[in-house]
Amino acid sequence: MNAVTTVIIGAGHAALAMSRCLAGRGIDHVLLERGEVAQSWRTERWDSLRLLTPNWQSRLPGFSYTGNDPDGYRTLPEVVDFIAGYAKWIAAPVRTHTTVTAVRNDGAGYLVRTDRGDWRCRTVVIAAGACNIARVPAFAAHIPPSVATLTAQSYRNSAQVADGGVLVVGASSSGTQIAQELQRSGRQVTLAVGEHIRAPRVYRGKDLEWWMDAAGVLDERYDQIDDITRARRVPSLQLAGTPDRSTLDLNALSAIGVKLTGRLAGITQDGKAQFSGSLRNMCAMSDLKMRRLLELLDEWARANGVDGTVGPPDRLPPTRVEDAPALGMDLVKSGIRTIVWASGYRPDYSWLELPVLDRKGYVTHDGGVVSAPGVYLMGMQFLRRRKSALIDGAGDDARDLSAHLAAYLDNAAPRLSA
Amino acid sequence: MADSSTAKNGVNVQALLDARDALTKAPAAAQFKWRAACEWKNGTHSHSTVESFYGLGAEQNRKTTFNFNADHPEVFASEDKGATPVEFVLVGLASCLTAGIAAVAQNRNIQLKSVTATIEGDMDIAGILGIDSEVRNGFKGITVKYKIDADAKPEDIEALVAQSQKRSAVYDIVTNPTNVTVLVN
Repeated sequence: MNAVTTVIIGAGHAALAMSRCLAGRGIDHVLLERGEVAQSWRTERWDSLRLLTPNWQSRLPGFSYTGNDPDGYRTLPEVVDFIAGYAKWIAAPVRTHTTVTAVRNDGAGYLVRTDRGDWRCRTVVIAAGACNIARVPAFAAHIPPSVATLTAQSYRNSAQVADGGVLVVGASSSGTQIAQELQRSGRQVTLAVGEHIRAPRVYRGKDLEWWMDAAGVLDERYDQIDDITRARRVPSLQLAGTPDRSTLDLNALSAIGVKLTGRLAGITQDGKAQFSGSLRNMCAMSDLKMRRLLELLDEWARANGVDGTVGPPDRLPPTRVEDAPALGMDLVKSGIRTIVWASGYRPDYSWLELPVLDRKGYVTHDGGVVSAPGVYLMGMQFLRRRKSALIDGAGDDARDLSAHLAAYLDNAAPRLSA
Repeated sequence: MADSSTAKNGVNVQALLDARDALTKAPAAAQFKWRAACEWKNGTHSHSTVESFYGLGAEQNRKTTFNFNADHPEVFASEDKGATPVEFVLVGLASCLTAGIAAVAQNRNIQLKSVTATIEGDMDIAGILGIDSEVRNGFKGITVKYKIDADAKPEDIEALVAQSQKRSAVYDIVTNPTNVTVLVN
């Protein structure tokens, strides 16, 4: 039995930011990682993926970008190098290839079981990722056997995909990027569009992320938001990080031949996809939200003397929707050979044996402070700030939560000795 | 066939069959636009009217203007001045199916003595209240139960109800997606 004050589960950027902050406070800890540092980036992303945030924006406690392309977007190997480089730089105490199998309360603190021995600890930081399991609806059971299925997690590149038609489900950043790549590879892509948040890559000459960072949008706090439950469910911005900094919206996809339909509402027992008639509304809502965001940024620019230093305000044309988008599609007869689910993810807490999960299986927490004393959560959507799920958001959350964790240790019983 | 009919369900099947013939030859006249107008009153109370429609190649006016009040029950802190919109959907489905049963029975020369339906829609209101985005706003399922007394064998009555579903506009509307466009001003 090993003993340590804090066990951090995971070794991605959020776990490492917490490790750095705990080390700064002299709190002994270990990071338990099922694979290597940045495991999800190594094994669960497609090959051409680049970060949605520019290089300058990947800031971790004590660490930031020093290269000569601050406005570029990291490729997947560069993301892995960046996170692994951080782990090395802070000498994070990572136990790799150690899979956590259970976390339970043992009376004095917590028992963390792994496939490589058990740990006792006073405090636990859950930083195991928000995207462990791709969401696939139950009606996927009715997909005809001749149609292959992939998820945004298992999709690597177009070589994996049969020639012919592809149905991509979901129009957030993953769905739109995969749809673009597959359409460019010569396959006819149909994209099923539900709620999505449209955004220009570059606005008034500056990256959208620059605006959101400068105007404080990304720093908005979870306890100052009207409806945090809703804010946490907002899908990822429809952005792509490409060398030409082009905007990847539904108009760009229509222009290369991608067909748009409403949200995939169901698949009948005889293999017919049913699409919601809400496409026009979804697009109108998304255009409206984008205009509101840009108006907020324009207002901020005026109020902060930035107006003269950037380009003039402009607006993208509305999303084009054909008059009568398809409402149904016989998957086989329409030549669909592959369905790619880009319909979101959920975390996997199958190992968490603490009474902290809500009825939907999510950890209940207040800004990352979990309802079980001494347990913390990191790296989730809008955990403490709008930027919480970004690499750039982990630092501030880790600073706040490590302070809370240290206070918890001071007020509670003495620390375990190793 | 209508001449030899002994059933008297009050449906002029001959007129319907004649219309089918006429509209087969003049498909443009089969293009209808159904309309309703809705005005908000107060709270969740709204008042809708149904008056004109377009069909048979011309604007058509009803003999009377039909009025519908919609509201929500007191458990939603509303004033209960009318049925809820989802109940209107249930009324629409049940009355459409029932009209179809009468028409099909007449066509099949089945004398109806009584037809009653109860219709129930299950809904988890966690969707419309924004509690859970994975719960759909609409019905989880709808069950229609018919009690039919008619001069016919049970299997013929079942076939009657099945055919009515096959020809029902509202049944199609609630079971299949429809493109909906909402415009403002």
